[in-house]
Amino acid sequence: MGYLEGFGVTLKQMFQRRVTQQYRIGTGNKAPEPERRHGRHVLNRYEDGMEKCIGCELCAGVCPARCIYVRGADNPVDDPVSPGERYGFVYEINYLRCIHCDMCVEACPTEAITESKLFEFSFTNRQDAIYTKAELVVDDEGNPQHLPWEDWRPGEEQHTSGWMRATSPAGSAAYENRVNWSGELGYGVRAPERGQEFEDVVIGAPSGHDDHGHGDGHDDHGDGHGDAHDDHGHDGGGHDHGGGH
Amino acid sequence: MIFAADPLFNQGVDLAVFLIVVVKVVIVFALLLVSTMLMIWFERKVHADMSNRIGPNLAGPWGILQTLADGIKFFFKEDILPTKAEKWVFIIAPFLSVVPAFLLFAIVPIGGDFNDGNAGVITVFGHDTLMQLADPPIGVLFALAMSSLAVYGIMLAGWSSGSKYPLLGSVRASAQMVSYEAAMGLSLMAVVLVSGFLGTHDIVNWQAGEGPFGWFPNWAVFITLLVPFVIFVIAGTAELNRPPFDLVEAEQELVGGFNTEYSSIRFALFFVAEFMNVVTMSALFATLFLGGPAGPAFVGPGWLWGTIWFVLKTLAFMFMFVWFRATLPRFRYDQLMDFGWKLLIPLALGWLLLLGTIHLARQEGWNPAITAGGVLVVGLGGYGLLRGAISAGHAKRAAEADEEVPV
Repeated sequence: MGYLEGFGVTLKQMFQRRVTQQYRIGTGNKAPEPERRHGRHVLNRYEDGMEKCIGCELCAGVCPARCIYVRGADNPVDDPVSPGERYGFVYEINYLRCIHCDMCVEACPTEAITESKLFEFSFTNRQDAIYTKAELVVDDEGNPQHLPWEDWRPGEEQHTSGWMRATSPAGSAAYENRVNWSGELGYGVRAPERGQEFEDVVIGAPSGHDDHGHGDGHDDHGDGHGDAHDDHGHDGGGHDHGGGH
Repeated sequence: MIFAADPLFNQGVDLAVFLIVVVKVVIVFALLLVSTMLMIWFERKVHADMSNRIGPNLAGPWGILQTLADGIKFFFKEDILPTKAEKWVFIIAPFLSVVPAFLLFAIVPIGGDFNDGNAGVITVFGHDTLMQLADPPIGVLFALAMSSLAVYGIMLAGWSSGSKYPLLGSVRASAQMVSYEAAMGLSLMAVVLVSGFLGTHDIVNWQAGEGPFGWFPNWAVFITLLVPFVIFVIAGTAELNRPPFDLVEAEQELVGGFNTEYSSIRFALFFVAEFMNVVTMSALFATLFLGGPAGPAFVGPGWLWGTIWFVLKTLAFMFMFVWFRATLPRFRYDQLMDFGWKLLIPLALGWLLLLGTIHLARQEGWNPAITAGGVLVVGLGGYGLLRGAISAGHAKRAAEADEEVPV
């Protein structure tokens, strides 16, 4: 056939099965979301209801899109907002600029900011694009607030920190499958993400004395922090994270 | 008189005749616009199928109203006039490109009963008329003229934009169209030669006549022995700036080509003109080479079957254009020029001479053996001359390249 062979190839394509997954709001026919999707941020709270944010501005400093604006303030003595000395007084994220790189999540020393999996939100004016602290912080059940222009799927609000749990504390493979984060309001200490360890051959679990190195930047007030050391026996805990939801 | 060949004007022009012409204009206009709209949808859908995608599927059933939605959107987009643009030329250029596209369709017969010596004449309110807007005696030349005029729209658009990429695009456009126009005209002349007619209606009527062996269709594609048809399709594709000849708007090189600086409805006009030209060119292919509305009529009125055959044949060519686009990669500029000048034009010219010789030999009753021998000698001589000229050109260029002192 020579030159004309290509015509046969394209013609044959016409009768092959399509692999496209239809995306249409309202049909319920959406592809399952990956565990670590980067979506709209949430500001987390401790299990006692205290906010995790300490207003350190590390997230704002690391943000490549400069979409985060944070101002810290001293905690009121009689009614503290966060367990530490300072708290995030102003916290704003401009979603017209955010590129969802999750560097703020990696930078955060207290796991205060994480990204939910929500990506279907379409505000219609610029003011709505700037999420304030009141909109970002989780509600009293520990779930993200549902704003009118956001399309949350059922169960989506329960997974607000997949990426954080996958990479914390430093993205090193040696720390895979280890809990070293504090508990969250409503959910307690989340199980580690089911990592590559379960898919591949176990290359070698980290030895015990490495644990001293990973506490960098973590405050001691975290409620779940004491649990971090039982992670060696924790392998089974991540099983239900694989594809159950 | 440009309408002269239409029997509508035989008994003079009165109000009824005038109204019939007006209705015809409206029908052709609407038909062309709707078919252009459907063509854009068809192209997107078929192209999607060929690359294993789904294509537009939200606006209307099977996404058929997608073009309408796009068109409405274009009206509401901001219309930008670049400060460096040559204002009036910039404004006129899209119309220069759209109007010939409309005019070209006016000479295409879109139906009519060509069986049993009816010659495609239908009777409307007691008036005999043809199912085509105009049947000028110069028919085919009019088609060539209009497709050449469309080049001006593209050329002036690129030039008046005051920008580099559009200018490059329009320079390419003018060179490409001038080159391929020659091959197109020569292959078209083959049809004119064998049929003996210039008008589109006469050509269709001739093709509806009895063919070789009594049962074979007398279509020009067979009578001219296929080669002019192939050349015409290739040159027509180049004339339309369709892939693989879309160097004019090569997205990867020239942003959008000649229409880069255009926005809003002005851009939409270019877009519409492009696809309208696809429709009219497909119709022209069908008319000139595949007998247009000529075809057997079964149950029902004969003129309806004419339209059905015409639509089917035109659709086949539309599909062909989309198939080309989905399959073939774009030509490089020098390949384009080589292909046009060194292959298509000599081939079209040689074939025209061959057909002319055959025609004359049959008319004059020449000895077939001597004629064939003469044709062979002249053909080989011509081919040898062409090869010689091309290789001499190559040698000269190579020598020049050697002489150049490296800096």
